[in-house]
Amino acid sequence: MNKVVLGLVLGAILGAVDGMSAWFTPAVRTQIVGIVIGSTFKGIIAGILIGVFARKVQSLALGIVFGLGVGLLLAFIVAQMQHGFYFQIMLPGGMVGLIVGYATQRYGHGPQPQRP
Amino acid sequence: MKQLSDRIVAKLQAEMQVPDLAGTRYSVVRHLARGGMGSVWLADDTVLNRRVALKVLDLVTPADDLGALLLREARILAGLEHPGIVPVHDAGTLVDGRAFYCMKYVEGQTLVQHIAGKNLSEKLRLLERIAEPLDFAHARGFIHRDLKPENIMIGAFGEVLVMDWGLAKVAAAGRKPTEDGISMVVTDTQDSSRLTGQGSVLGTPGYMSPEQARGGNEVDHRTDIFSLGALLAFMLTGISSGEAPTSTRAVPRPLRAICEKAMATDPNDRYQSAQEMAADTVRYLSSEPVLAYPEGWFERVGRIYARHRTAIVLVGAYLLMRVFFILFARR
Repeated sequence: MNKVVLGLVLGAILGAVDGMSAWFTPAVRTQIVGIVIGSTFKGIIAGILIGVFARKVQSLALGIVFGLGVGLLLAFIVAQMQHGFYFQIMLPGGMVGLIVGYATQRYGHGPQPQRP
Repeated sequence: MKQLSDRIVAKLQAEMQVPDLAGTRYSVVRHLARGGMGSVWLADDTVLNRRVALKVLDLVTPADDLGALLLREARILAGLEHPGIVPVHDAGTLVDGRAFYCMKYVEGQTLVQHIAGKNLSEKLRLLERIAEPLDFAHARGFIHRDLKPENIMIGAFGEVLVMDWGLAKVAAAGRKPTEDGISMVVTDTQDSSRLTGQGSVLGTPGYMSPEQARGGNEVDHRTDIFSLGALLAFMLTGISSGEAPTSTRAVPRPLRAICEKAMATDPNDRYQSAQEMAADTVRYLSSEPVLAYPEGWFERVGRIYARHRTAIVLVGAYLLMRVFFILFARR
């Protein structure tokens, strides 16, 4: 699978799972639909960014660091909007970014070499 | 009459073996190695000012067969232009009547020296590179018939070379003779059979296939697959198949299965090409299922885990964290 598409799919799935886990937090259960949509969207954005990075840079270590950074940054923005829950939002967000960063470097296919 | 001591006789014999290179462009530097029918000498090419290796017949024989055999080996090598086969520069006859040929001098190590201290992955990569020139030769109808650790050299730049094609046999036809536009180099099967003693036993015990050991006419390229299997077994255990059996517990089962398949008594049960065998070892290296080894369910899970260990650990850690958060949120 293409690195960008892999990042997008993985980001969307993990983002959705991330959002659905909010159901177990009674304080925000009423907003679950919005949280799932937002979290999935966040995952997609992170996945595309990490996928594009993986296409440009072939380095497992840099891919993981970039993924972690993007995941943490997007999660931080969400936590700022929520005015709290930094740990509960940023830790899973960072891990999602890290997993997508690893997966896009390890499994995704790079661009086909151009014919002369 | 006074008798000469053994030491003096040996010294005289050694002196007699030094080839007389008068009238050629070469001058002897030192002796390098001995083969079945001749010796290899390090020499200086005085025209191009470079070091070369000369393979020279030991003796001038009344029957011209050995000279023809050496020339035939040179022609086979000259026809097999591949990075894994040592190139021949020149061939001819010395003033003393001995046939010779000149080839590239490979400064490096034999396989035995090279694999000392190497890990499993490096050894398997090495086998893959040995299989390349072998497959190339098979495709052109040549069978090496004497593949063994001593005949594999690893050059100074890491190049892997299959040496000593003195026992090579020309098969009736290559597996895929002209698909890349290169025509067959030698097709004199009857002549080559006579020269390489078809019907007599040629090869090295421990690396020789059963059909080759029988000295029959049915030897084809799969005899080299047997030798390649024995070579892999040697690389994995440090012991050639002809030596006393040793414990193979340290060798992973799929690799044992690859060796067993390559060394099957019936050539039809072996890999049908060197590339096929190399591909199976690469599959093992990539934690993919090996064709020679039907794995059980438990082994399959273990292999998949080994292949995707990091991803599984990461996803596992993520799920664990999620479970932790759920439990934490309920309190």
